[in-house]
Amino acid sequence: MIKVDFKNVTKTFEGRIEVLKGICLQLHNGESHIILGQSGCGKSVLMKCLLGIIPITSGDIVVDGISVLDKKQRRQYMRKFSVLFQGGALFDSMTVLENVEFALNQINHDAKTCRSIAEEKLIAVGLDQNIFTRYPAEISGGMQKRAALARALAMAPEVIIFDEPTSGLDPITGGVVCNLLKDTIAGTGITAITITHDLKVAEFLADRVSVLNKGHIEWTGKESEMSRCGNEFVERFFRASKGIINHRK
Amino acid sequence: MSFLATLGRYSLNSLQEIGRVFIFACTGLRCCFAPPFFLREIIHQLISIGFYCLPIVGVTAIFAGMVLALQTYIGCARWNAESAVAGVVVIGLTRELGPVFAGLMVAGRMSSSIAAEIGSMRVSEQIDALRTLHVDPIRFLVVPRIIAGITMMPFLVLIADIVGIMGGFLVSTTVLNFAIGSYINQTVHSLEMIDVISGLVKASVFGFALTILGCYHGFYSDLGAKGIGNATTGAVVSASILILILNYMLTALFFGI
Ligand SMILES: Nc1ncnc2c1ncn2[C@@H]1O[C@H](COP(=O)(O)OP(=O)(O)OP(=O)(O)O)[C@@H](O)[C@H]1O
Ligand SMILES: [Mg+2]
Repeated sequence: MIKVDFKNVTKTFEGRIEVLKGICLQLHNGESHIILGQSGCGKSVLMKCLLGIIPITSGDIVVDGISVLDKKQRRQYMRKFSVLFQGGALFDSMTVLENVEFALNQINHDAKTCRSIAEEKLIAVGLDQNIFTRYPAEISGGMQKRAALARALAMAPEVIIFDEPTSGLDPITGGVVCNLLKDTIAGTGITAITITHDLKVAEFLADRVSVLNKGHIEWTGKESEMSRCGNEFVERFFRASKGIINHRK
Repeated sequence: MSFLATLGRYSLNSLQEIGRVFIFACTGLRCCFAPPFFLREIIHQLISIGFYCLPIVGVTAIFAGMVLALQTYIGCARWNAESAVAGVVVIGLTRELGPVFAGLMVAGRMSSSIAAEIGSMRVSEQIDALRTLHVDPIRFLVVPRIIAGITMMPFLVLIADIVGIMGGFLVSTTVLNFAIGSYINQTVHSLEMIDVISGLVKASVFGFALTILGCYHGFYSDLGAKGIGNATTGAVVSASILILILNYMLTALFFGI
């Protein structure tokens, strides 16, 4: 079954900066889909178009039969998503616990339930009780990512989006976060979209991979087929990723 | 020719900007009257404007009152009208100096910090995060600040009036050798209700102007450190100028000139 359907989506900023030039992509229900691409190729813009935060220039995005352009069903549309933003995007003015509670408050008005779900989710992502009352500025980047993940999971979304989940983290913390994501995807069966330029993350999490380049989807398929897919850019991307890793050794 | 073209482009851009600010202000004001409200944020902002701006407003007011007494005395002495000092000080402070100085000081302190705060929330995608939670950023960020500005500024100005009058009193009775009893008497007799009320109404309007401009510059800043720097400067400068313009217009309106 198709969950998310990008129908020839284009996005042009200020009438001249063409970032997305006709994206056609279908995501299946319950799959873990990776969107790979170079820095600045428009991955974050694609995500924000999907969320309706940036209005698309033409085309349509349909999730479970609801269009992103449908103003009347906006709330139902938004309720389907949760996002783990690139930098976590925890609210500065609230403690870690309050961040999760605040999100829950928007869908569930019972303060007690909010508190218990929030605590449960924070513990599930491996955060300590004594972190709960700290402000985002007082905890490390890795902890912020986890807290943000807890906030995203607390909303019980149908589609979860991870924007650069490992960027800015050391390899060990990055690995831990990746494992958390994998457990999340496996445990809940939700549709996951991960945006990254890190092939290792893709290998680890992907059911299918799409490669974004110059505003087009170059190729979609299984990660294992990437190296011999016949697309020049995709193979180059693949070789470069492997090369850098070997080089580091 | 190219000079004219530049001038024209500049004027058009300015007009466009003014239009955008106006629409933004209307949207913000409209949202102030319809739920949902974020009570916690409102209380937070009430404290940050009402309480944390008290010291600077107080210090400004006391020195404004002191210097006003001193200068008025010098001026009045030339006409042998020294007895007018108390009246000029109290009317000058409640009608003009109290609201304007408080407005400028709070603009300097709050408009910039509001612009920086909202600008950096935008950079770190917190505003996008609000949207994904289906929370309207205007209601969450702008409304609490507007409410705090509108309600706390009159309070600050009232304090400024009292402190400023005390400053004038202090200088008059110690440096200028006025008799304490008659100075107080003259102060009370010169003061009319309209003086104070017009000052407080001005304060509310200034409170709205300085918060909305802070929010506007935060929301529409360019991203990056330089963008946020420009936004904070822009917020303070535009808020200060707007306060002075509004001050003239409100004075003309109140006293029918
Ligand atoms: N509001 C905007 N106005 C104009 N151009 C924009 C805007 N937002 C993004 N762009 C442009 O769109 C392009 C893609 O940006 P985007 O943030 O999606 O990159 P990305 O693929 O997420 O890169 P990274 O891996 O570095 O996060 C960039 O070249 C950027 O300049
Ligand atoms: Mg990005």
